[in-house]
Amino acid sequence: MTLLRHTPKDITERSALTINPAKTCQPIGAMYAALGVRGCLPHSHGSQGCCAYHRSTLTRHYKDPISAGTSSFTEGASVFGGQANLLQAIQNIFTIYEPDVIAVHTTCLSETIGDDLNQIADKAQQEGKVPEGKYVIHASTPSYVGSHVTGFSNMCTGIAKGFGRKDTPKTGKINILPGWVEPSDMEEIKRLTSMMDLKYILFPDTSGVVNAPLLGEYHMFPDAGAKIEDLKEIGGSKGTVALGETASGPTARYMDTEFKVPCTVLPLPIGLRATDRFIDTLRKVGGRNVPAVIDNERGLVVDFMSDMHQYFHGKKVALWGDPDQLVSLVEFLRDLDMLPVHIVTGTPGKTFEKRIAAIMEETKMPVPYKLKVGGDMFLMHQWIKNEPVDLLIGNTYGKYIARDENIPFVRHGFPILDRQGHQYFPTVGYKGALRLMEMILNVFLDKADRESPEAKLELVY
Amino acid sequence: MSTKTKKRKELTPDEVRQELIKKYPPKVARKRAKQIQVNTGEEASTPEILSNVRTIPGIITMRGCSYAGCKGVVLGPTRDIVNITHGPIGCGFYSWLTRRNQTQPPTEEHENFLPYCFSTDMNENDIVFGGMNKLRQAIREAYDLFKPRAIAVFSTCPVGLIGDDVHAVAREMKETLNKEDPNHFVNVFAFSCEGYKGVSQSAGHHIANNQIFTHVIGHNDEPKEGKYKINVLGEYNIGGDAFVIEDLFERCGLTLVSTFSGNSSIYDFERAHTADLNTIMCHRSINYVAEMMEKKFGIPWFKVNFIGAVETAKSLRKIAQYFGDKELIERVEKVIAEEMPAVEAALAEIKPRTAGKTAMLFVGGSRAHHYQDLFKEMGMKTLAAGYEFAHRDDYEGRRVIPSIQVDADSRNIEELDVHKDDARYKESYEARKKALEAEGCEFSDYKGMMPEMEKDTLSIDDLNQFEADKLIELYKPDIFCAGIKEKFSIQKCGVPMKQLHSYDSGGPYAGFKGAINFYKEIDRLVNSKVWSFVKAPWSTNPELQATYNWE
Ligand code: SF4
Ligand code: SF4
Repeated sequence: MTLLRHTPKDITERSALTINPAKTCQPIGAMYAALGVRGCLPHSHGSQGCCAYHRSTLTRHYKDPISAGTSSFTEGASVFGGQANLLQAIQNIFTIYEPDVIAVHTTCLSETIGDDLNQIADKAQQEGKVPEGKYVIHASTPSYVGSHVTGFSNMCTGIAKGFGRKDTPKTGKINILPGWVEPSDMEEIKRLTSMMDLKYILFPDTSGVVNAPLLGEYHMFPDAGAKIEDLKEIGGSKGTVALGETASGPTARYMDTEFKVPCTVLPLPIGLRATDRFIDTLRKVGGRNVPAVIDNERGLVVDFMSDMHQYFHGKKVALWGDPDQLVSLVEFLRDLDMLPVHIVTGTPGKTFEKRIAAIMEETKMPVPYKLKVGGDMFLMHQWIKNEPVDLLIGNTYGKYIARDENIPFVRHGFPILDRQGHQYFPTVGYKGALRLMEMILNVFLDKADRESPEAKLELVY
Repeated sequence: MSTKTKKRKELTPDEVRQELIKKYPPKVARKRAKQIQVNTGEEASTPEILSNVRTIPGIITMRGCSYAGCKGVVLGPTRDIVNITHGPIGCGFYSWLTRRNQTQPPTEEHENFLPYCFSTDMNENDIVFGGMNKLRQAIREAYDLFKPRAIAVFSTCPVGLIGDDVHAVAREMKETLNKEDPNHFVNVFAFSCEGYKGVSQSAGHHIANNQIFTHVIGHNDEPKEGKYKINVLGEYNIGGDAFVIEDLFERCGLTLVSTFSGNSSIYDFERAHTADLNTIMCHRSINYVAEMMEKKFGIPWFKVNFIGAVETAKSLRKIAQYFGDKELIERVEKVIAEEMPAVEAALAEIKPRTAGKTAMLFVGGSRAHHYQDLFKEMGMKTLAAGYEFAHRDDYEGRRVIPSIQVDADSRNIEELDVHKDDARYKESYEARKKALEAEGCEFSDYKGMMPEMEKDTLSIDDLNQFEADKLIELYKPDIFCAGIKEKFSIQKCGVPMKQLHSYDSGGPYAGFKGAINFYKEIDRLVNSKVWSFVKAPWSTNPELQATYNWE
């Protein structure tokens, strides 16, 4: 029985109804970013349902505890404003859960009411609700603007605003904004940067927070995440390397303007050339030679590409997700001579289309492709019905299309609710490129093994 | 956050209670103290428990919101309604396929919108200038694409604030669309289930009940073929529970008119009032519909429980008793006799490994009660239990309803004024109910969880993360049951955790077959090797004096 049996092949214009979205709302991104600060409890300023949903979704994605507070608005707060709720929440949280930082984000509710977080946070300070040495930082994250990626970005800026100071003495370090990637990816970015022998401050850093080991004890605030003492120094860094225009660009530019820390914004280091760019940038900003081990890691990627090129070449791909991921993935797929023919992001934005067009032109994409900004998976499925593809790349929700249409499917992006691995193994860097190729190859070859006629079944691929 | 405390054995339940609230600011402590009660083991002395009250801001609660209760719980499982979330994208996205309610359309041609998520994805413009036009257009587009039997609209937080009249839009579109094509009836209705309504999912249940009752039930008078017609209310087919119940009913010869709302169809809701009896599983989420159906159509209701083999058998027998038909009674006995040997065999195998172990359950509005029966069957003791969004009647029993004080948050949720439908009211049921009541058969009642719990166990309402951690520290139970948000902090402590909202990956747990599944699942969890691997070998034996000898 088909699962998405109501999706017609004929495409009709829709202006009001989103079906099977390819994005979600800002606060979940803010919550994820805040988890990347050591000792920080994210706090959702709104009614408690949003917070419950965001925690549940992040928990399902990571299979790890995600703690966050909520202002628990009721009807009264919704009418009169949520100041009293937030003040009370701040006091309770510092007393009961004892975090070092509370990172408050808004929801559609508090935004629609017009609560001013700046003013409420000041009031909390004045009323002595914030203990000595503790912090309340915040970001405005109206869910009716942008997407979950915007929320992530806004909280990154909130962190920079909350801790960074102009005229911080120079440290010679570089700031790295990893963008919305997995904890395993953040770990890999740190590993590569350390291999380049650079001193850095990476934030947010969720590695070890949302992929914590099971050691027999639960600590709401594990010894992981960007340290406050480091965050206080971001204004003294010699530069910022920001990964991902949508998730990291705005924060990098904020630090440039406010702290006079210059920035370079790069695509996420997913795939060969994007990683090259990252390493090359580190080389230049750090004035360091690239060590041979990195050349070797890179060489393995080229080796894999050349060994298995025949299986990648000419395969059509449909992919959906967040702009930063898609830009780098599309380039990598093109470098494998694959054909990303359908591309959808739910996240609105002006530059995405141009950046994809530039990649397609540069890589001489031999066939036309379709792209939709602010699109949904219903449309993507319709495109697929009209022009079938060999591979799907996107979050878990793609599995319904994959099954109905019998298309190999690689899970990448947010959320992944039905597979493991993203917490533990990166897709950034050269190691990540290897992993991506392995995943793609496996789904192709598994299908071939399952479906090729007996006489044609190959032992050796 | 980890204060050292005396071991559980030395603490009385009252001391545990003090431990739980010790760290709170005075105001919080005062309120929480009323939500934590020590059970007495008998109905008459059941203490009063504060519940269905606001969660204190800043407390890491398990609760969700009214929208989740309405769209997620009650209407979510119905396959053939196009459920449009009116609001920004998040709420609709998070409630998309995440509750594990399964559905089985009879044929490929039958509608099934469960794998879809529909949203008006409101943007800034809609918030500033109002979203009614967008909603109108969204309903139009849904109709043109799918021609469904029903389109439902669910309001999220900002909708109420900006003043969109979703009910007016629904009414208007219903009229327009039905005028356009009089041969295809489409029902359009809306729910004002904004997340800030009430204090938890519970408000959303009530709102869902009201609208389904107003707009759907009674739409079609054509009865379903068959004898002994009943509805099952408050069964959501998580992990396939409804399939098990359906199978049992079929073998007993009962006709299931509709389930609210596991594996359900709007066509069945429309004729739910043609049933002879309403049975209630989850009392909290659906008792309103049962009450209203009795008032309007005269259909009696009683509480059943298909969780646990003993309770399943009891419930089936009670249904048979209601109809009083010898043939039915015999068939029910036959089915129970067919099922019990497998249950007993499974228990004989598993019980030696589970007996004497301890459990805690904090979930929902009925499961924290129902699942205690399964643990009891396995010889396990429930040390503490509580609901996430229940009211006092779910804890203490419906007998306390008259004494429940209605606060401002609950008063905002509409109580429908329901009247007898003279044409369709079945007087005969009333007489049957009276006669059966004389025989000791209880109707319109739920005894609640607390009277059935052992003396000196705890009942805790709206448990939060701090208290959960504390309970684990003080009691080290063998298993803890709650929801996804709680799961992994518990397991980090080396205590297995079973989700009782979505069942993790398991189920069905209803009926006899489900009971067997549950025994096996709990056996797997509490006896899994993995918990013995938590400490590395060198951490239990860290000395290095005896250096390794290579010889
Ligand atoms: S869209 Fe708005 S109301 Fe919905 S979950 Fe997100 S923040 Fe909450
Ligand atoms: S509606 Fe009743 S009892 Fe329910 S999931 Fe929910 S539970 Fe738990």
